[in-house]
Amino acid sequence: MKKKITAYLLLTAIALVMIYPLLWLIGASFKSNDEIFSSVWFMPKHFDFSVYRSAWETVTPYSMGHYFLNTFCIIIPKTVFAVLSSVLVAYGFARFDFPMKRMWFSLLMGSMFMPAIVTVMPLYLLWSRLGVLDTYIPLTLPSLFAAEGMFVFMLIQFMKGVPKEFDEAARLDGCGALKTLFYVLVPCIRPVIVSISVFTFLWTMNDFLTPLINISSVEKYPLSLALRLSSDSTGNGYEQCKIIAMSVIGLIPSAAVFAAAQKKFISGITAGGLTG
Amino acid sequence: MKKRTYNNPVGVGKYTGLLLITPFIAGFLLFTLYPFAASFLLGLTDYDGVHPPQFIGFENYRELLADSELHDAALVTIKYTLILVPLKLIISLFAAMLLNLEVKGIGIYRTAFYVPSILGANLAVVIMWQFLFTSGGLVNQLIGLTGADAVSWYGDSRYALVTIILLRLWEFGSAMVLFLNALRDVPKEYYDAAKVDGCGGVRSFFAITLPMLKNVIFLNLVLQTIAAMQEFNAPYMLTGGGPMRSTYTIGMMIYNEMFRYHDAGTANAVSWLLFLCITAAVLILFRLTGRNREDSI
Repeated sequence: MKKKITAYLLLTAIALVMIYPLLWLIGASFKSNDEIFSSVWFMPKHFDFSVYRSAWETVTPYSMGHYFLNTFCIIIPKTVFAVLSSVLVAYGFARFDFPMKRMWFSLLMGSMFMPAIVTVMPLYLLWSRLGVLDTYIPLTLPSLFAAEGMFVFMLIQFMKGVPKEFDEAARLDGCGALKTLFYVLVPCIRPVIVSISVFTFLWTMNDFLTPLINISSVEKYPLSLALRLSSDSTGNGYEQCKIIAMSVIGLIPSAAVFAAAQKKFISGITAGGLTG
Repeated sequence: MKKRTYNNPVGVGKYTGLLLITPFIAGFLLFTLYPFAASFLLGLTDYDGVHPPQFIGFENYRELLADSELHDAALVTIKYTLILVPLKLIISLFAAMLLNLEVKGIGIYRTAFYVPSILGANLAVVIMWQFLFTSGGLVNQLIGLTGADAVSWYGDSRYALVTIILLRLWEFGSAMVLFLNALRDVPKEYYDAAKVDGCGGVRSFFAITLPMLKNVIFLNLVLQTIAAMQEFNAPYMLTGGGPMRSTYTIGMMIYNEMFRYHDAGTANAVSWLLFLCITAAVLILFRLTGRNREDSI
């Protein structure tokens, strides 16, 4: 009994440290500058939702709606590309034998441990030479090539769990390799596909360096760069609640997607076992 | 030489699988192998990104090794990695063990522990961190309640790195999830048997939990070390590398060489030095834990 109480106390203490800053952020979006810097309690004295209307308009030339739209123009193709290419590659590894399979698999595993920052500069120079800087191509195109080794790895693990007899039955019914994949295997591994999509969504929402380097015109900024721009262009005397409200709005999509997919998502990562 | 036979379903040739993995092969050549090779070659040139590169051999490396900017950045990165990684592993293992205690309502706690990592590097979180640690921010107000003096978190070169380390510690969720899965696989009977034999909690932690988690501890160690050594986002957004380069990581230096000084040659040389250091660090970790590459991951 005593042990249980200690456990709850510890769990609650940690949970408080994890969640309180976020609660404070939401509360602070309704506070005046004085209140933000004088009270540790997250609850504001009064709620005035008009701050969210002005935060939506932002201090930049475009509204948050515009930046959301930009972000989704990156996320949607990226997610489709990542799922399609990773599923195909994983299928090849999980179900077929081919020349130099061991070598390719080692390279796949090894690529998960490559420090991404080394590739950033040469790729930037490549995109610049191809004349596609300031477009979404540098942000989305790599996903078409199963760029996340982790996704492929998770899919392989799951596909190996599907009995080979299923494939066999489909083949006898006249399905070719691709038909077998899409009609038999894909329905069996839906939870991982959800996980992959959620990861791609969250990582893209959080990504900062790639758009920072490749996107230069404000018109094409995704949310992360727009937030950066707004926080840079608001000085000390400015009403801080506005930029805080923008941050709260900026967190909503990730929080919503996580909440909606939480169950499937966690079962997906428990199998593959990796996050950001 | 014996001809290899391919173990494929009837009617499937040996090239079907190869065809299916072509996206990966093409991607590996284009987005991994090419940039690594290009980075090495560009590191041997004098290149501003506009005019054609001039081959100058190892001149960039020679200059870098004598450059105090690199020395400072390397020291910051090493300090950051050595402090952050062990702390993060300890905290995430501790949290995972708490969550593994199957008490009522554990799902809520699991979500609470994981949410910061989900929102993770989101810029909004960094803006929040800025507010928490500014001179009149929440953290200083809390310190004030205990009667101590406020700390100038971003202005004092002793503390700026601490804010970044705290941010990354706050996001321990991804390491925790890996630990939690591994803990679930430890048979409960082991602990029961240990109890019968008179083992206390501490003893069974060292005798059962740690040895059973060997592989996942190692995996977390490698992943977190690789991530910490390339840290860029947090210093770039929170402190800009200052004050007095106290948060100026190698990642920051690569960015600055390229986009501030327009010196692509040096930027790529630093990238390669970092790559070599990360590889060396990983090899040292393998050696220290006495395993060869094959059986770990």
